[in-house]
Amino acid sequence: MKLYEFQAKELFAQGGIPIPRGRMVTDPAAAAQAAAELGRCVVKAQAHAGGRGKAGFIKLANSPDEAKQYAAGMLGQTFKGFLINRLLIEEAVDIAAEYYLAITVDRASKSPILICSAKGGVDIEEVAESDPDAIVSQTVDVAYGPWDFELRDLAERAEIDPKAGRQFVDIASKLYDVFVRNDASLAEINPLMVLTDGKVIAADAKFDVDDNALFRHEELLGFKEEAEEDPIEAEAHRQGVTYVRLPGDIGIMGNGAGIVMGTLDMVTREGGAPANFCDIGGGASEETVRKCLSIVLMNPNVKGVLINVFGGITRGDAVAGGVLAAVKSLDVKVPIVVRMAGTRAEEGLKILEGSQLVPEANPVEAARRIIALAKGA
Amino acid sequence: MGILVGKDTRLVVQGITGREGSSHAEQMLEYGTNIVAGVTPGRGGQKFNDIVPIYDSVAEAVEQGGANTSIIFVPPPFAGDAIVEAAAAGIALVICITEGVPVIDAARAVRYIDALGGTCRLIGPNCPGVMTPGEARVGIMPSNIFRRGNVGVISRSGTLTYEVVDLITRAGMGVSTCTGVGGDPIIGTKFVEVLEMLANDDQTEKVLLIGEIGGEDEEVAAEYIKAHFKKPIFGFISGRSAPPGKRMGHAGAIISGGKGTPEAKVAAFEAAGVTVSDTLAEMVDRAKQLG
Repeated sequence: MKLYEFQAKELFAQGGIPIPRGRMVTDPAAAAQAAAELGRCVVKAQAHAGGRGKAGFIKLANSPDEAKQYAAGMLGQTFKGFLINRLLIEEAVDIAAEYYLAITVDRASKSPILICSAKGGVDIEEVAESDPDAIVSQTVDVAYGPWDFELRDLAERAEIDPKAGRQFVDIASKLYDVFVRNDASLAEINPLMVLTDGKVIAADAKFDVDDNALFRHEELLGFKEEAEEDPIEAEAHRQGVTYVRLPGDIGIMGNGAGIVMGTLDMVTREGGAPANFCDIGGGASEETVRKCLSIVLMNPNVKGVLINVFGGITRGDAVAGGVLAAVKSLDVKVPIVVRMAGTRAEEGLKILEGSQLVPEANPVEAARRIIALAKGA
Repeated sequence: MGILVGKDTRLVVQGITGREGSSHAEQMLEYGTNIVAGVTPGRGGQKFNDIVPIYDSVAEAVEQGGANTSIIFVPPPFAGDAIVEAAAAGIALVICITEGVPVIDAARAVRYIDALGGTCRLIGPNCPGVMTPGEARVGIMPSNIFRRGNVGVISRSGTLTYEVVDLITRAGMGVSTCTGVGGDPIIGTKFVEVLEMLANDDQTEKVLLIGEIGGEDEEVAAEYIKAHFKKPIFGFISGRSAPPGKRMGHAGAIISGGKGTPEAKVAAFEAAGVTVSDTLAEMVDRAKQLG
């Protein structure tokens, strides 16, 4: 779950990380009012995407009128596919230096990792490309959290101004606490800003929460409701269906993440464009298939559906019965190809013969069939 | 022989009275896996299916039941604790099937096991388990698709693995050991460690490796293969059509920050001499042609 900058900064503030004074607003009048209180300020569009500044979605306002004007210009606009309906109005600060600081999960060391650079304020992936030595890291022993000496060493290797060193260690240590306490998968401060008066603050904030840990973070669920989501993905989520929307026109379902991913590959390879990823899980009962299929069909672009099932512990004939019953109960208008393999797959495919469903044993053939049928061939 | 699980496996099932745990315990018993104990806190003294003694803790399952391997079916909030409980009780191999374990819990459990200095190995979480056909099933893989043979299978996925195993069986070949390492970002055992074991396994003559997008485990495996692995090896990368930034079911299957792309993995495999195929059927065909 991705948080907005203003939400992430709320968590930072709770954890004692210094942030600029600011306020989230949703209309131009409130922006003007916030500006009147804060003085010279920055108007920042809230979106789950980077590069706002370059695109004109972060602007410096010298007066409440300007803030109001910029707010009106940003609200209702779309930035990288995200509708802007929230703004963060923050006090303007005087910048001396911009650093980068982040914590994420490192697969290789199987632990959290601190990543730091003195080249902050720009896209860190560009820095990684152009000057990889400017990015340094430190894995964290989860039994203890980062030690101060490790953080001092990190700052030195990153060539952080020694005058900011003490504050850097304090912020990095607190960021790790916030990361762990909120079960984050990413906590990023870019830029970590040194002001002309020497104070170090988190000028921007990016925060992703591990979805697997949301069960123990009721306090974060409020943030979730506010997060923008594709409406079909949102509905799937409510119903407990693993669904990802994709730009194509062929609906894909299968019983397991691996097999669905494999099916997407197959359809793409054969020249089709998948409309979604949808995992119906093990078992594939009539009820589950119906639930998943109705979600897949919510997408108006879908011109055909490919269901790829492996009969494992659940036998192919049982799955076929479930799929058939589900399709009958839904009054489906688009063609559906069912590909089946594994235990009692032949029996399963036989059950589907003579129905509106097209049975197919070979996965490549199944992909070709649904692509052709979706084209109306 | 095979690796990891076999005739010497003395299994304890953590969460044996739960829905998943009980159903798979039955199937594992049916397959002939030596289940010596079950654990469900508060249910000690009872028996599962009238034969398997249930204990309150893994320590008791080890002391009284002689368990040396554990399989975990407990729900995600308790899985991290269950892994560490097994490791603390002296279990040598812990296989965590549970999907949806918070990543920090997995990191802590792995950290605990690492500190033991090599006496305990974790497979998973979020994996289908390990199967040595004819000897032991420690997982949720469908038994009936397996035949004993000389092909070692390693995979990050579950269902895609079953599909490959089914193809192997239909092609007249069989499996030495099939290991599902798990689809999460933090897992106990990676490709390289399984490859090292397969390299030393006499029964295994060739290996099928099913990777997927996300992370760099395939690239690391490729380096190891290039330098050390002598047996013929066939590769497949799943998720080649996935757009960056979208998580494809498995928590670990996501291309982010320019890392974990299928192109990089295929290139690494090919540079290491791995025969990479576009479809699973093609991969199995090529493995068969080798004889």
